[in-house]
Amino acid sequence: MAANLLVPTALRGFTDRQAEIALEGGTVGALLQALVARYPDIGPHLFDEQGGLRGFVNVFVGEANIKGTGGLDTPVGDGATVMVVPAIAGGAPGQAAPR
Amino acid sequence: MSVIPDDRLADLTREELSRYSRHLLLPEVGLEGQKRLKASRVLIVGTGGLGAPLALYLAAAGVGTLGLVDYDLVESSNLQRQIIFGTRDLDRPKTAAAADRLRSLNPDIRIETHNLRLTSRNALQVLEGYDVVADGTDNYPTRYLVGDACVLLGKPNVYASIFQFEGQATVFDAGRGPCYRCLYPSPPPPGLVPSCGEGGVMGVLPGILGAIQAAEVIKLVVGGGRPLVGRMLLLDAWLMRSVEVRLDKNPDCPVCGKSPTLTGLVDYEQFCGLRDDREEEIPSVTAGELKRRLDGGERVQVIDIREPHERSLFKFSGAVPVPFGQLVRRKDEFDPGTDLVFICKIGQRSLYAIRALREAGYPGPMFNLKDGVNAWAREVDPELAVY
Repeated sequence: MAANLLVPTALRGFTDRQAEIALEGGTVGALLQALVARYPDIGPHLFDEQGGLRGFVNVFVGEANIKGTGGLDTPVGDGATVMVVPAIAGGAPGQAAPR
Repeated sequence: MSVIPDDRLADLTREELSRYSRHLLLPEVGLEGQKRLKASRVLIVGTGGLGAPLALYLAAAGVGTLGLVDYDLVESSNLQRQIIFGTRDLDRPKTAAAADRLRSLNPDIRIETHNLRLTSRNALQVLEGYDVVADGTDNYPTRYLVGDACVLLGKPNVYASIFQFEGQATVFDAGRGPCYRCLYPSPPPPGLVPSCGEGGVMGVLPGILGAIQAAEVIKLVVGGGRPLVGRMLLLDAWLMRSVEVRLDKNPDCPVCGKSPTLTGLVDYEQFCGLRDDREEEIPSVTAGELKRRLDGGERVQVIDIREPHERSLFKFSGAVPVPFGQLVRRKDEFDPGTDLVFICKIGQRSLYAIRALREAGYPGPMFNLKDGVNAWAREVDPELAVY
């Protein structure tokens, strides 16, 4: 049951610059755990201390956000495309902030 | 349906009929669409990589009033992508330089410059007078500020954001689709995702995304086509692959949900954790101090967390290279009996590197090179370039 995980540019520093990774896992949660097992540094960027997905990270299976399809328990079919989409802002966080 | 009501439409002049003929020839735009463009008032927040093409195309398209918000000055590192500016604009306020360029492109339109930092205190007042807001800002606090203000004022927020080779574009229009908070309920902690100032950006990328924003603005004003509401376009310009995903409204959204708890603007710096004083807990050394310690032969190990291509711009001799993304899994390579000094470009990612190692249980003393290798270039070795 391999699925294709698309890694966004912002997180490729944690996956040896890999943009696509084939991973095993019947659910989104299992798939992401397999990713973290391979690249531990990416963990804190995806999950909070309670193991939930962080608020600035969205995961899509195909074109559907897992928020509407069962969250981390969303099943991932063989050959499915899973995409991690974090918030990106451009410039310099902390330097151009409003008061 | 157009965001411009019929009673604001005025006739086009003879010159305008010629200037906009390629729009007038499109049955989807036509005379009525062009009149709506002429009557429209569009605010562009951020006159940078995204704002530059956005402003140029909207001015060319005949948007009657263009508002520009920015408080920065034009810097040389902007010119790689902010094509509204020229070399002679260096050190000028961005809004003034952009206004000059737009007036020369199209003298018939009105340019309103807001040379200010958008804040919770002024945002509603600034945004109120416009029909459509296009967000081309570069930081999370302003993203949330613009997003919330648009929901509160009932205005569409034409959104794009970029990083390195990747862009996201959508139209947040809370009346009929999700808002920014529906998609991203909370921002990343500071330092987690590197900024373009640290991570770089392909110059043409904001050109592509800004042009997409311009297309969406024009569609909202003309009132046709299929706007990017409830869906988001993701573009990877390096792989040249685009994907569309569906965005749903969050019924529990604090600002646009069924029972909103957020009915006014808040302190966005605090919301984004920028008042977090954890940084104070991490000891730092200045470039001068590090130089003295290294010259004095003290037991200090410098760890360069930059990527290989970045290290080649500025070689820090004697430093051990361990890219940021490999720190935790390689933590056993460090000696807890030695002072480690972490270096990056501006001293921001190195702070997060130290935090990540602390959280992973690394026990030894760790220091941050304040303001990064750029400070070293400024204070210790002026032969090196600040980049």
